[in-house]
Amino acid sequence: MPVLTFREALNQAMTEEMERDDRVFLMGEEVAQYDGAYKVSQGMLKKFGPSRIIDTPISEGGFAGIGIGAAMVGLRPIVEFMTFSFSLVAIDQIVNNAANMRYMSGGQFAVPIVFRGSSGMAGCLAATHSHRLEAWYAQIPGLTVVLPGTPADAKGLLKSAIRSDDPVVFIEHEVLYHEKGEVPEGEHVVPIGKADIKREGSDVTLITYSRSLKATLAAAEKLAEEGIDAEVVDIRTIRPLDLDTLLTSIGKTHRGVIVEEDWPYCGLGAGIADRITQAAFDELDAPIRRVAAKDAPIPYNRTLEASMLPSVDRVVAAVKDVMYV
Amino acid sequence: MITEQVQTEAKPVVNKTQALVWLRQMMLIRRFEERAEMLYQKGGKIGGFFHQYSGQEPVAVASIGVLREDDYVITAYRDHGHALARGMTARAGMAELLGKVTGCSKGKGGSMHFFDAEKGFLGGHAIVGSHIALAAGVAFASKYRGEDRVCICYMGDGAINQGSVHETLNMAALWKLPVIYVVENNLYAMGTSLARSSSVLDLTVRCAVPYGIPGHQINGNDVELMARTTREAANRARAGEGPTFIEAQTYRYKGHSISDPGKYRQKEELDEAIRHDPILVYENILKERGWIDQEAIDRMREGVKEEIEESIEFAEASEQPPLEALYEDITVAPFIPQE
Ligand SMILES: Cc1ncc(C[n+]2csc(CCOP(=O)(O)OP(=O)(O)O)c2C)c(N)n1
Ligand SMILES: [Mg+2]
Repeated sequence: MPVLTFREALNQAMTEEMERDDRVFLMGEEVAQYDGAYKVSQGMLKKFGPSRIIDTPISEGGFAGIGIGAAMVGLRPIVEFMTFSFSLVAIDQIVNNAANMRYMSGGQFAVPIVFRGSSGMAGCLAATHSHRLEAWYAQIPGLTVVLPGTPADAKGLLKSAIRSDDPVVFIEHEVLYHEKGEVPEGEHVVPIGKADIKREGSDVTLITYSRSLKATLAAAEKLAEEGIDAEVVDIRTIRPLDLDTLLTSIGKTHRGVIVEEDWPYCGLGAGIADRITQAAFDELDAPIRRVAAKDAPIPYNRTLEASMLPSVDRVVAAVKDVMYV
Repeated sequence: MITEQVQTEAKPVVNKTQALVWLRQMMLIRRFEERAEMLYQKGGKIGGFFHQYSGQEPVAVASIGVLREDDYVITAYRDHGHALARGMTARAGMAELLGKVTGCSKGKGGSMHFFDAEKGFLGGHAIVGSHIALAAGVAFASKYRGEDRVCICYMGDGAINQGSVHETLNMAALWKLPVIYVVENNLYAMGTSLARSSSVLDLTVRCAVPYGIPGHQINGNDVELMARTTREAANRARAGEGPTFIEAQTYRYKGHSISDPGKYRQKEELDEAIRHDPILVYENILKERGWIDQEAIDRMREGVKEEIEESIEFAEASEQPPLEALYEDITVAPFIPQE
């Protein structure tokens, strides 16, 4: 199987979908002539020309809304935010228009659009440029929220997102773009709403997504050395959540730890822990523990930033906590 | 709209002392960034996004240079020049780049988020267009209190494409707020040239005319023209006549940020700009006036180098913020982490 970087996998997904469906186009800052600020759209202008790969001014609110309008009448836009931190300038369009259109119109209008781009703490980018907004978007009924953690999932899920008839918030992680992995050629479609067990185990369920998958898998290896067999579930789609897979795993291990890079309070992990607890309280041998970013804005200083992240050590400590060892 | 492309006139708009201060400040900014770039490239002592001001120095130096000490200055993420022109020490700036506690934002902000409250320097803002409204708010406060302090606000040519910029320009004009908006038109927003991002190339037509704000399109790299235009704008603002819009035409020498090779522009274009380097041009003007000679210029440059080297030593010797600092300076009230 070919080995691709995460960014190449995304590029392949968009390219294949644009070849398949001429209603699909890509719009955003620096996506065309510059080949993408993070080179995700490299070569696409050359292939599809300026009517389908479209550079915009720095007007997120405007071009997000233009994408939504075009989607209402049948096009299938991919709107790239250079980073999701900048989607905050366009959040009114995403929340009020994209998410609500179907409902407000009594089912008359659909908004088949993908908002995608990088996000997360990527190294000394400080408070304004390190946002993780998945919990915000996941709270909105009407949106689908996807966060792939591997190149194969990036391709397969982006293809599904583009084919979705509903608005998808597709959040990539900046530090994953250069990660390599095997990616199936051609028609590789990963369904939205399906979690994936990235490592099987029987003692504890580690629930994670996106960039935190790596630290979580590393923690699982470390735990294995100590005789603790951890199962790692990559949820991949945040909304709708694949609760069934989580409950099956918890039914086996009876213990859960959620690992996320987002803030802890009112966060994604809180929502997931609540749903598991509501559905399977009797299965749990310990309260679900969460390893999240620290509750502070993101600092520039490298050491302080590193101290915020869900590290291998923090995951290992949380697992020992729920195992009472 | 007033178009002025003239070179600095024979009649100086400042005295010799002031002119020499400006020349030195421009050299200081240039050297600060040259050395910081080396620290970034070698050893990774500086990280994150790092946007250089090289080539644009006259815009900040000559406009801030005609303001009063109690006026306010606010800018975007390309902020080293404005901060230093406002009197932030090279030490505080360099230490911030190295993420140290002695930095101007205690190592929390980095290159894009320089702040210096004592100098009336209100940041360093990294979301494009988001500080334009803040500037009007600062001016609003000045007017509210019956003061005649003005706020000067810098932004890039790309920033004028944010909707809130236009919301703010309207209110600033409507309420006659004492604010000066300077668009530093360096022809590019990242890799996007002005012609590919703006429906109209004359930015006064987009940002001044629609709101009844006086607009000036000038050569921002002409030190004294920049100074004179800003002085008129400040006088207007202090007199209660409201905002002024200045399109200062300039050029950035480096890529958009340190990671941008800048392949979207012609080498000739850059070479041509460097041939008219504003620091050299101003040196020559001052020499012609007999205000300085080459020997004094060389001495000045040496002094600047020493100051920057000393600032690096200071920054390197400074402490890292302790891990507890993560939770400090989040709120004025004691911060209670919700973990
Ligand atoms: C809302 C928002 N969108 C995008 C960006 C990414 N970005 C940072 S600077 C920049 C270009 C800005 O160009 P310009 O305003 O001309 O200023 P210059 O860099 O030339 O000083 C872009 C697109 C951002 N920081 N904020
Ligand atoms: Mg610019």
